[in-house]
Amino acid sequence: MKYAYYPGCSAECNAVAYEVSVREVADLLGIKLQTIDDWNCCGATEYFSQDELTACAVIARNLALVEPQLQQLVAPCAACYLNLKKTDRLMAEHPEIGMKVNECLAAGGLKYQPGRVQVRHMLDVIVDDIGETAVRDKVVHPLKGLRLAPYYGCQVVRPIESGDSTEYPMKMDRLLSWLGAEVVDYPAKAHCCGGHMTQISEAQAFELIRRLLYSAQEAQADIIACMCPMCQLNMDGYQGRVNSYFGTDYRLPIIYFTQILGLAFGIEPKKLGFGKELVAAMPVLKAKMNDQLVASLR
Amino acid sequence: MSTHTAVKQGSFLAEVIEATPGGEQLVHCLQCGSCGGSCPSSADMEYTPRTLIAMINAGERDAVLAANTMWACVSCYSCTTRCPQNIPITDIMYTLKRMAIAEGRYSKTDAPAMAKTFTDFVEMFGRSYEVGLAIGYHAFKRWKPIELMKMGPMGIKMLFRRRMAFMPSRIRQIDQLRAIIKKAKELSAAEQEAAKAQHQPAHAAH
Amino acid sequence: MAEKIGIYVCHCGSNIAGTVDCEEVARWAGQNIKDVVVSKDYKFMCSSLGQQMIEDDIKQYGLTGVVVGACSPHLHEKTFRAACKRAGLNPFLCQMTNLREHVSWVNADKAAGTLKAKSLISAAAERVKHQLPLEPMKVKVNPATLVVGGGIAGLQATLELADAGYHVYLVEREPSIGGHMAQFDKTFPTLDCSACILTPKMSEVGQHENVTMMTYSELEEVSGSVGNFKVKIRKKARFVNYDKCTGCGICVEKCPKKVVDDVFEAGMGYRKSIYTPFPQAVPRVPVIDTANCTWFTKGKCQVCSKVCPTNAVEYDQKDEIVEIEVGNIIMATGWKLFDSKRIPQYNYGRLPNVYTNLEFERLCNAAGPTNGKIVCRDGTEPKRIAIVHCVGSRDTDTNPYCSSVCCMAALKFGHLVLEKTKAEVFSFYIDLRTPMKDYEEFYQRLLAEGMRFVRGKVSEITDAARDPSEKGRIIVQAEDTLLGKQRRIPVDMVILMGAMEPQADAKELGLKCGISCSMAGWYTERHPKLDPVATMTDGIFVAGVCQGPKDIPASVAQGAAAAARISGMITKGEVLIEPIVASIDEEHCSGCRICNTMCPYNAIEYDEEKGVSRVISALCKGCGTCVAACPAGVITGAHFNNEQIFAEIDGILWDAKPQAAIEATA
Repeated sequence: MKYAYYPGCSAECNAVAYEVSVREVADLLGIKLQTIDDWNCCGATEYFSQDELTACAVIARNLALVEPQLQQLVAPCAACYLNLKKTDRLMAEHPEIGMKVNECLAAGGLKYQPGRVQVRHMLDVIVDDIGETAVRDKVVHPLKGLRLAPYYGCQVVRPIESGDSTEYPMKMDRLLSWLGAEVVDYPAKAHCCGGHMTQISEAQAFELIRRLLYSAQEAQADIIACMCPMCQLNMDGYQGRVNSYFGTDYRLPIIYFTQILGLAFGIEPKKLGFGKELVAAMPVLKAKMNDQLVASLR
Repeated sequence: MSTHTAVKQGSFLAEVIEATPGGEQLVHCLQCGSCGGSCPSSADMEYTPRTLIAMINAGERDAVLAANTMWACVSCYSCTTRCPQNIPITDIMYTLKRMAIAEGRYSKTDAPAMAKTFTDFVEMFGRSYEVGLAIGYHAFKRWKPIELMKMGPMGIKMLFRRRMAFMPSRIRQIDQLRAIIKKAKELSAAEQEAAKAQHQPAHAAH
Repeated sequence: MAEKIGIYVCHCGSNIAGTVDCEEVARWAGQNIKDVVVSKDYKFMCSSLGQQMIEDDIKQYGLTGVVVGACSPHLHEKTFRAACKRAGLNPFLCQMTNLREHVSWVNADKAAGTLKAKSLISAAAERVKHQLPLEPMKVKVNPATLVVGGGIAGLQATLELADAGYHVYLVEREPSIGGHMAQFDKTFPTLDCSACILTPKMSEVGQHENVTMMTYSELEEVSGSVGNFKVKIRKKARFVNYDKCTGCGICVEKCPKKVVDDVFEAGMGYRKSIYTPFPQAVPRVPVIDTANCTWFTKGKCQVCSKVCPTNAVEYDQKDEIVEIEVGNIIMATGWKLFDSKRIPQYNYGRLPNVYTNLEFERLCNAAGPTNGKIVCRDGTEPKRIAIVHCVGSRDTDTNPYCSSVCCMAALKFGHLVLEKTKAEVFSFYIDLRTPMKDYEEFYQRLLAEGMRFVRGKVSEITDAARDPSEKGRIIVQAEDTLLGKQRRIPVDMVILMGAMEPQADAKELGLKCGISCSMAGWYTERHPKLDPVATMTDGIFVAGVCQGPKDIPASVAQGAAAAARISGMITKGEVLIEPIVASIDEEHCSGCRICNTMCPYNAIEYDEEKGVSRVISALCKGCGTCVAACPAGVITGAHFNNEQIFAEIDGILWDAKPQAAIEATA
């Protein structure tokens, strides 16, 4: 199966572990990812705060650059995913917006027919298109004994439904259970990580991050599995500062779900970007995992 | 975006509705507080989203645009999906941010500075530029170099793990992107002029 | 004979005159429509003065047809037809056209409204010239009545009719009559014990000489029309002989198979696989739940049969179809509870101490699984309880309507908790609705009793604790909208006030007897204010919640009202049926029988001998399906024949291009 692929800016640097693990896992599962040539930044939430049309036009350039023979576009980042999907929807449901966006695209010699590209998140592709049997088939190191808290965040589950609950999503729960892991019932799994508030109002963002860490620890999770670079950065990158802010001592590794998938598939941890996280995952993995897997980690 | 027929033309409510796709649902607000109850940032807001909607209904334009509510919004969309009346509350927050920025009404937040720095880099390189953003925003736009210092230890760790790059990534066809953005800004400016003319009498009355 | 038409344009106060120049319409019609001899406008045509004016004109001018441009024929067709009849004109020579719902209420432009009114008047005038005098048919009314649903509304209707001396067939789907009211503990606002006021009615129905009770039975098929319905009822196999069983209950006692009771106990308690739903059930005859019975599933056991002193258990019983004949039918099919799992943020089904209102009714019912003790799943007494309003009500994602009873039921629950436990009670509401007699006083009472109220729809009910103080408790999160602040209140038990919803098969059942449902799925009454228990199908009445959410007093009132309507018809002995029916020209009928199968009312019979089809006038509703379907064009719909309809079209197109011009351009 072949999909157009939109890596998003964080893939180049901050979320390189996500990027490499997405590609490794996709390869193994037979998902062909065709990167959009010369893709540009989706603008995160920052353009929408300033000008709606510019926000849509910047995003729509990427949709317009999707090769004509491809109908599905995969984005691993939650914010990119929502921006791409939301823009397509806005253009389709509000024809006057669609016309204006196309007027802008025309200034760059481009055109986009709303609805042409279906925007998907990597999780949906693996769970819905590849499915349980194919995933289970690839598992060489079942993650028995590893307690995982699936963290979905906001923008993949809301506001546009993608075949999962907007309140208590289960897709990643199911996927991780296929790997043999113990998926903990994590009631904060679709609560907010604070988004860009770490940059604007630390106190506000740190409190949101603390709640997620507290809830995961209460559920006795070893690792939080995430699916968005922003969530990972907030919970992992800022975990130390959250600890010093609240006087807590959380040491919860925040790992992309594709890294965990790769681990179970027997892909070498280095190739999956392990070690990029600030709160190291290896010690937890080595302590918790079965011997066979531990041997493979060396 | 068709304004609901029952909404008084020229009112602030009409203005917000017109500027928000799906905004016509605003007239159905029950003031139930699902939004304010759902909001993870509610404690940091001067007014809950529900209160803000009541203020929009009452035409309190100045107070609404000066509020910090929309700037504390983290775009988690919980309010939007839970609203029993299908009001696109998160999108209304974006509308209010745009209005506040356009008129320079905001004061209690650095979010507009952050947004501007971010998009400036996009327009420069076609991609976001994290190091540039951190320095540009914290040290210059925000004028809080101390914040940058606080990020130091984390930044070093990130650098050490090669999760930060000093050099920005660039797209090839930056001219094409800039042409698209230029056109979008022109069209938006024209639209804002037209809207201003339409809503002028109501503002004068305040 | 030359036609003499009178035109009457009603202002309906300003309802029509506000957007239609009625004077101008009347003047124009008088001058421009052929054969019009008198044309008038008047402020209220339906007033006695307006009617008198029409009657006088009929006599003075010798009118052969009358056109009234006013409101909907639903409201006043009868009025104007009666006026014509009094003046000696056949009522079917009076044509009404709707200038209100079709013109003034849907239009803001007076010039356009006036023009459209002219077209409608013109159409009616051209049509009325071709209308024929018709005589209504008289039909005898069978004095027996069918009541579908043995809840409180159906029971009340049954007793009213039976006490008046008429026979009633009462059909109930469950093994016992009683409905939801039998599940409740207390009733608001008087706090009467629900069972104490319900069970006397149940046993009265069970023993009434005029009542044939059919429990564990369902409506299968309805044919016929007002006065003479034929109904098929499926009596589901009980596997217990109704006549032999004495209701001693020993089979239930000895049955070894325990099953969670999802119906009567709302999942809170158990029953056996041979059971009566509750001790005061009427009838006392149990049923076997074959899905769970060990004999039916595994072919072993037969304990019930062995212990039965009268050999009443019959494992080979089959469903039985019973045919009855009745003159009228009352639908009192009730409601079902909203599935709270549809609101995932409330975590119903995931958090064990989040209950629905029906579950809580059982929990605090003295006859319930805990003998009325209000306790959490682990048996401990809750220290704090939250009651959440509008769960599945007033929400466009689920049900947009207000379920109307939950506010009061929540107050009732509050009272019961405060009376029986030491717990604090928080009610989370959007608007507290206490509009009926003594309801507001009950609210005041609960304020005095210390129930606490938070104005705000609950956003989430979660176990996602934020700090150790919240650990292990259920957190109810809402905006206290009167404070403008978000609050998180830790509680031990939550009661979700789930919405009332139409029965899952309400629409299907409605179709069987020819009545329709509203958007929300409630049965549609003939008129929301003035005819709330009748339906658009003569002889079919509705009572109780199946017509819309309502509480016990309102359901009882409707049940009695429907019975009163039917009593009147039975006393009179006959009903008039509109003569608007189809007729087949037998000379030209080819006997193809296409119409036989098309007729939705089974009103066309086939005469084998003559090889032609024939319409049974008493069953025909004049829908016109056969008229359109007949390949030979030999079926005529009275009052809707081709001539009349084409004349109406000509009339409405009075200002269109002349025929010659159309032909020229063609």
